[in-house]
Parts: sequence; C-alpha cells; structure tokens
Amino acid sequence: MKAVGRFLFRKRGHGGAWHWTDVVTWIWLILGTIIMFGPALWLVSSSFKGPAQLAEFPPTLLPYVQEVANVEGHDTPLPLYMVTMEDGSTRVMAEIRRIGTSAQMVDPADPQERVSVPLVDRQPLREVGLALNNYVDPFLAFDFMRYLGNSVFVTVAATLLTLLTNSMAAYALSKYRFRGRDAVMLLIVATLMVPLSVILVPLYSVVSSVGLLNSLWGVILPTIATPTGVFLLRQYMLTIPDELIEAARMDHASEWQIYWRIVLPLAAPALAVLTIFSVVWRWNDFLWPLIVLSRRELYTLQIGLNTYAGELNVQWHYILAMTVVTMIPVVLVFIFLQRFITTGIAGAGIK
Amino acid sequence: MARFGETVGRVAALPLVLIARALDPLLRLWQRWTGTGGMIAFFLLPNMAIFGVFVIIPLVLNVVYSLTGGIDILLKDRPFIGFDQYGRLLECQDYLQPTTCREDQFWTAVRNTALFVFFQVSLMVCVSMITALILNRKIAGRGFFRAVFFFPVLLSPVVVGLIWRWILQRQGLMNLIVTNLGFDPVVWLNDRFYAFSAAVGVSTWAHMGFYTLILLAGLQAIPRDLYEAAEMDATPASRVFWRITLPLLGPNLAVVLVLALIRGVQIFDEAYVLTGGGPGTSTLFITQYIYEVGFASFLRNPGLAAAASILMGLVLVVLTLVQLGLSKRAEKERAR
Amino acid sequence: MKKTIWLSGIALAAMATSAFAQDATEVRIMWYSDGNEGEVIADLLNRFEEQNPDIDIILDNVAYQVIQEQLPIQLASGDGPDIARVTNLKAQAEHWLDLRPYVADPAYWEENFGDRLDWMREDGSDAITGFMTQLTLTGGFANKTLFEQAGVEIPAKGATWDEWIEASRQVMESQGLPAAFAIDRSGHRVSGPAVSYGGNYIGEDGLPAPIDDGTMAFLTRLVEWTEQGLMLPEVWVSAAGTTYRAAADDFINAQIPFYYSGSWQVSNLSTKIGDAFDWVVVGSPCGDVGCSGLAGGAGLVAVKYTDHPEEVARVLDFLASEEIVREFSERTLFLPAHAGIVAEGGLEFQSDDPLVPPAMNAFVAASAETLPAADALPAWVWANAYYGAIVTRVSQVMAGELSLEQAREMMDADIADQVEAAGQ
Repeated sequence: MKAVGRFLFRKRGHGGAWHWTDVVTWIWLILGTIIMFGPALWLVSSSFKGPAQLAEFPPTLLPYVQEVANVEGHDTPLPLYMVTMEDGSTRVMAEIRRIGTSAQMVDPADPQERVSVPLVDRQPLREVGLALNNYVDPFLAFDFMRYLGNSVFVTVAATLLTLLTNSMAAYALSKYRFRGRDAVMLLIVATLMVPLSVILVPLYSVVSSVGLLNSLWGVILPTIATPTGVFLLRQYMLTIPDELIEAARMDHASEWQIYWRIVLPLAAPALAVLTIFSVVWRWNDFLWPLIVLSRRELYTLQIGLNTYAGELNVQWHYILAMTVVTMIPVVLVFIFLQRFITTGIAGAGIK
Repeated sequence: MARFGETVGRVAALPLVLIARALDPLLRLWQRWTGTGGMIAFFLLPNMAIFGVFVIIPLVLNVVYSLTGGIDILLKDRPFIGFDQYGRLLECQDYLQPTTCREDQFWTAVRNTALFVFFQVSLMVCVSMITALILNRKIAGRGFFRAVFFFPVLLSPVVVGLIWRWILQRQGLMNLIVTNLGFDPVVWLNDRFYAFSAAVGVSTWAHMGFYTLILLAGLQAIPRDLYEAAEMDATPASRVFWRITLPLLGPNLAVVLVLALIRGVQIFDEAYVLTGGGPGTSTLFITQYIYEVGFASFLRNPGLAAAASILMGLVLVVLTLVQLGLSKRAEKERAR
Repeated sequence: MKKTIWLSGIALAAMATSAFAQDATEVRIMWYSDGNEGEVIADLLNRFEEQNPDIDIILDNVAYQVIQEQLPIQLASGDGPDIARVTNLKAQAEHWLDLRPYVADPAYWEENFGDRLDWMREDGSDAITGFMTQLTLTGGFANKTLFEQAGVEIPAKGATWDEWIEASRQVMESQGLPAAFAIDRSGHRVSGPAVSYGGNYIGEDGLPAPIDDGTMAFLTRLVEWTEQGLMLPEVWVSAAGTTYRAAADDFINAQIPFYYSGSWQVSNLSTKIGDAFDWVVVGSPCGDVGCSGLAGGAGLVAVKYTDHPEEVARVLDFLASEEIVREFSERTLFLPAHAGIVAEGGLEFQSDDPLVPPAMNAFVAASAETLPAADALPAWVWANAYYGAIVTRVSQVMAGELSLEQAREMMDADIADQVEAAGQ
C-alpha cells in the first residue's frame, strides 16, 4: 500500500518534500482532466434529458424524470409534486391539471378530495432517470443500420485507400532520388493551405462531371490523397536506414517487394497514426458528404443526424443523443491504437 | 486488449498480403521493362492522379471562378469580368477601418482572423508545451493522461462547437457554475470579449492534444544524459529549459507553429457552430465569410468568394515561407 | 391437396413475376421537417403507393440546410430530385416544372391554390408548379401565466408595438426576467412589422426600393429596445451574417413574456411547454398604418429536370387533393393553403392540448389583417436579398459596430450589389 502511494506521488523533490513543480504538475493534470472530459460527460448526461428538461435553468447535473403515480379515476399516471400547504406542512400530491396560476391537485391516497394549490407552492418530485426515447426514437424512425453501414463502408474504404496510396507515394518520395521530387513534395504540402470549405463549388462541379454524385465513391475518392498522410509517412520512412533496402536489392527483391515486405512493416507506427487520423476524419466528415449525397439510402450517420435540424426548429434532444452514438466508434478505434501514437509521431518528428 | 487488436489487424491484412503477393510477378515485369523510373511513376501515380483530379483541378477552377461575375453557380453560365472581384475586395479608404471599405465584412474578417491567429497560436504553443513537459515527467498514469489530453482531437468540429455552445448558453453549465460561486450569470457568447476568448479557448481545447503529442515526441527524443550532466552541474531548471530543452525541441516547435498557424487561419466549423460569427461581427473569420458569400447566404456571389479564398491562400503561403525561413535561420545560428 | 399447393405456387410465382415485370417508376421527394410533418407525409405517401403500385416514392429527409445550400447547386447543374419542399420558391422559379399539361384537373389547382401560384413561378407565367404544403403567418405569442403573475393586462387587440413592449417590460421587471421580448433573427420576421410602420420594399419598377422611413421606424425601435435591454440580445447580436436564430427556447423556458415568431411554432410550443404555463397567440401588434404580419410557408414543387413528369403530377395531384391536404394540416397543425378548405373551415387539429385550437384560430383571424405591401413580398424575387441585408446590418448596429445611418447606407449598397451581380 505504501509502495503504491510512493509510486502515485513520486516527486521531483528529494527526501519526500514536495517540490513546487510536483504541485503544479498535479494541479495541471487534475484541472486538465476536468476540462478535457467534463464537456463530453456533460454532453452524455444532457443526451438523456427530455426536451423540457433541456430547456430548464438551472440545469441539473444528472438527467431526471418526473415521478408519476397511478391515481384511481384517471387513465394516465399523474405527475407528483411536493406541495407546501397553507399551514406550512408539506404533502406529496398528484396534479390533475393546471389552471392559470394555480393547479388542481389530489392526494394519491385519497383520490376524492381535490385541492387548488398556487403554482409557487409546489415543487415537482423527480428521480434520476434516463429519457431513453432520445436514443430509441431515432433508431426506429431513421434508417440507423443503413446509415451506420454507409459510414462504416466510407470510413473503412477511405482509410485503406489512404494508407495504400499515401504510403506508396511516401515511399517514392523518401527512398528514391529523381528530378522534381522536391517540387512534388512542395505541391503536396502547399495544398494543406486549402481548406475544403473554400473550393466547394469547383470541387462539386468536378465530382459531378465524373459522375460520382450520389455515390459513396464520390465521398471517398476526393478525400484519400491527404497531404498530411503523405507528409507524415515520408518523414517516418526517411528514418528507415537505406542499408536495409540495399541489402534487399542484393537479394534480388523487386522494388514492390521492398515496399510491402520491408518498408511497410517498419513504418507500422506511422501507419497506425495515420489510421487513427483517417478514421477520425472520415467518420466525422460532414460538409462534403452533405453536398455529394442527397439520397436517403446513401446517407452517412453524420448526415442522417443533421436531418433533425429543420428550417425553424432544431430537435436538440435527438441531436445530442445521436452525437453520443456517433462518438462511440471513434473512441473505440482510439483505445485500440493509442499506444502507437507517441512512437508514430515521434518517428515522424524531425530528428 | 492490445493483443486482440493486433490479431484483428493481422487477419484483416491477410487478403491484402495475398493481393500484394499476386501483384509481384506483374510488377517485376514492369520493373524490368521500365526500370526504376517506371517504378517511381507506379508508386506515385495513384496518389497523384487523385490529387490532380480532386485537388489541383478544383484549385485551378477556383482561380477561373474568381475572374467571373454574376450569381450563377455553374462556370459555363458565368461571364468573364477580369479582376473586378479582386478590385471590389481591395477597394478601401483605410484598411484599419473596415467600415470604410467596399467589402467591410471581408476586412472585418481579416482583422478578426489575424487577432485570432495571434492569440490562439500563442495560447496553443504555451498550453501544449506545458502539458508536454508535464507528461514527459515520471508520473503515475501517464498513458491515461496522455489519452485525456488527446481525447478532444477525436471529436468532429461540429460536435466541439455544439458541446461548448451548449455549455456557454444562458441556461448552460457555465452559468450554473458561476451562479453557484455567487456571481451573476453572463450571456457569454453575447459579449465581444468572452465570445472571442471562447473561440480561442475552444479551438485550443479541441486541437491541443495533437500539438502536445508532437512536442512530447520531441521531448522524448532528447538524450537523457544531457539532463543528467546538467543535474550534476546543479544547473537551475529554468536554464536547463532554455539551454537544452528548447533548442533541441526546435524542429518540433517549428512544425507545431506552422501547422497551428495554417489551421488557425482556416478556423471555421467549430467557431461557426459556437458563435456564428457574433456578437455583431466580432468573431466573423475569413473562412466563414468565404463560405457565406459563396455558398450559404441569400446574397450569394461565388466569384467574390473565390477571389477572397485566393487572397487567403496567398497570405498563408507567404506566412508559411516566412516562418520556415525564420526557423531555418535560427537553426543555422545555433549551429554556429 | 398436393395439386392445389402446386397450383397456388405457380399462381404466386406468376403474380410475383408480373409485379417485377411492371417496373415501378421511381419518384424522389426531397423533404425537410420542422416537426412531425416528415412522419405524416411518409404515412400519406405509403397510402399513395398502395393505391399506385406502379410508382415507387422515395422520400429523402434532409436538413433544411441542404434545401437552402445544396439544392440550388444541383438545380443549376440540371440535377435534383423530382419533387422538393422549398421555401425559396420565387428566386428559383426557373427550375420548376409546369404541371399544367400533366395534372388531372388544372381548374382544381387554379381554384384552390390560385392565390399562391405566383409565389412559385416566374413573373408573367401561368404555370402550375406545385402547391404550398403549409401557409405560415408571423405573429406574437404571450405567456399568459407570466402576465397574470405580474398583474399586467395582456394588451388588447389593436395595441401598438410600443404598448406591447411597455406591458412586457412591466412583466419583465415584476418577474425578474432577463428580457421583455424577442423576435427571431430573420429578415422575414421583421418585415411584417416594418410594413405596419409604412415600410415598402418594392420599387415602382419591381426592383428593390431604397430602405424607406417606415422600415427605418421599426428597425430603429428594434435597436433601441435591444439597447434598453428589453429585447433578448443573444438572438440577434450573437451571430454574424444572415444566420437564422429562433428564440423559441427562451419563450418555452419562460424567460420572456412576449415572443414574435409565427404560426409554425404552435406545434413546437405545445409539445415542449406542455403544462408548464398558459400561452396565447396575439396576432401582430400595430404600427402607424396597420397591424400586419407576413405570410410565408413551404411549397412542394416539381423539378423541371425530372424524367417522369406524368408520375410526378400524379403524386402531386394526390397530395394536393382536398382530403389529403385536410388530413395533413390536421395532423401537423399547419395552416392549409387550400382555398376550399379555408372557406369550408372546421379543421379538427389533432392535439390534446386545449391551447392549440384557439392559437390556430387566432392565426387564421390575423391573416385578415395583412397589408398589401406585405402580401406582395412572398412573390417578389428580391425579397431574400432585402431580408439578408436587414439581418446582417441591423445586428451590427445592435452590437454597437455601426450607427443606424451607416447601416441604412450599407443595406442599400448590399442590395444594389446583389441586383448588379444578378444582372451581369
């Protein structure tokens, strides 16, 4: 136990004294955890609240649902309130209906006697509970499985193609000397400067003229030649010793064999990083699929989710719930591959 | 868990391995026939073909768009008007007073973006630097904390904007905290200062994990013995930081600066969802201006938007070159 | 026994093949929803498909943003769905199909939808391009419970904007609310009130007139109310450009006693407010020359680039039939645009909420109050340019970036730019 404590609070200071940097470190880490995770937890908690509760101030940390009781003589369960009576005592009562600034209430134990209570004298009785309808309704109403399938297809196909094309290009740009190599590299890096949102219209006309509108390939193909991927992989491959490749050539390995049997396995950490980024990017893509896909059966999850934003009203409770759902796969991929991240980027970082 | 992931990866890779093996004889023929040059072309072709069709051609078309007028969307319907769009954007009595310009919103956006980039990049570098230094120490649960700070990078920009808008609204979590601390609630996004700070803070929140990792990777590449030697000489920590850590981190820091700068200038989705450009136009950034003018608003004008995007691209290229030049010179000086 | 099974098997197979042989024609509808209308229309379309097995309708539910931003590009490229639910009807009229040769009875369409056909066809054309799925009218909502708690009378019919804001201010102060009222951030929403103060957007040549004093009278008030903290600031101030923002959530949350929006909010308010407080529809407050709201709505139009105009016309004939329009309106709580139904009346809006029928009736009554200058706007091609300029510039004034005089010049310049660009 003591050892655990010593490990947990290992400090820079000598002889067990807390150095100021230890204090700063732990304050920073704890605050950081709250700030980084807090908003996402808040989102998850909000996604379980009903529409009325979402509009409430002050908001509650946890989702609540109104307690109800079955009262004799009423077909539907009635909401329960804590009522302060005129004599100052409090009672649990069910509300039949509200008229103006007062409410007609009834004691569930004694359904005959009706009392009129001013609104200010009653507090709703609520218990922690989940508004699961936020999740269930969209699953039933919108073609969830199909959107999920489309999203998975786009993400997987785009990621595989990205890994293949980017690594081939990166190999050529890192392990061969040829005229125009720097120019090609510069051209690729320069396109980092062009965000999609500013070339939407011309890109749309290109995709339209090659007949890829309303096709999942229209979403996939334009995204796979990522400059970041080529850059990252090339930097990593530069660290692979040329001697290995020379040795393979001595053994009569073809260039293609060198690429996929020697270079690719050695570049695995960088490939893992690119996989994470590619999955995250493609899964989260919004603007571009929105433009290319206008047919329901082709929607990805992000686009399906967006249909809850009408002209005049946004259905927040559904949007929040579906946002949580769309976050899950990305988080899973991250958990699987995260141990590669530091090594991958470390290698790519210029020595 | 990790072992399982590896197995899944191997099984998934199996068909790819088979395909690669099947391709080999064909490619050997190709290599014999065309030599290494042919192989270079083969390796580059898929990426560059896609790149050419879906990046280069639209870019060229964008230039053409910027030289045409009218409100039609398709290029074939648009009349050629030369450099009028650029003239319209640049027509101004005093560039520091956006309201005196013909396209006042463009210049407001330019000014806002410049301020945003300045503050956001500074904040980003400081915060990710501190975080990287801390994560580089021997602390319990380092892997966990590394994941914590990286987590927001996984979220889509739309979700990021949405979460924070949700928190900062009048009935949001932030006001719950503020009122519990005994202050009056504030309409955060309705105040020029707070809204701008929120845009800076939220985009830092969303991307700092990425930059922290780049810096952390650099820190871990610094040889231990340098630090040990410094410790033996009883060098003060601050001196160690300025004399050892910072210089050796130079290249990674340059990457962080360039990337943060490029992304800062391009800030769009999360700020758009978060503040919508308000209050007034105080968080209207250049990409939002381009998107609205070219695409979204009732006052659509694709030519003007294209011209603005090309001006933005030019500025980015210049900024990047300047920065790369500066870091190169710094490196040379250090080498001397 | 065995034989019968065999025979019925063959019969089934024959039926199946004949069903396949007769390939169903695909008709695509691009649709967006604010409330439950997507579910209702899907239900109605299923009914149509049962009666017409030769037509296969695919309903593409999209976000409003898609209709607003992506559809125009598709249309410009000669693509698009066969039918679309659109609000920007007039400016895109060149892309709609004239259904006159295809519909079963053009006279029926003229008679029942005639008033609004101009909203969705090019000037001077006599085309039938579709019909309004719903009519909307801008108008105010008051939180009756808050007024009662504050002991303030709800202003009577005919009260001016100034009186309304004054009454709401009293409620705000008595109840400790953050603001007295809010108007959605939309040029469409402020245009009815602007007309009530004598504003007129349309010049004699049909082109946009410069912003006039009537319009400025209302916009000036709006800015003053914001400065005095009476209008909820975040709705208008905290966005740039033409972004739409609704204040419905603040009204639902009982943060404002008075909310100026429109008839489409009834269903939303009813669902979300539930039993929390009583609310009433109060029509449009008055200005110097009238008490006008502004009509609007979404139309279902046929797209010119369809390959199956006959089938499209059959679908629209079905959806525009009196029975279906009636059912659609009753289930969605929308005001119908069908003259026959309006004349006949007696719509039974399907809601358990006792506040809904009087609310809908109040909107029907208020629709008699609109002024001609407001009625002309939905069929005017430059309306959106005007709306966009007003929202963009007035928000900047509220944020303290411009003076009203500067804003007036800039609005005129924005609109002129747009007219000039369109003429190139």
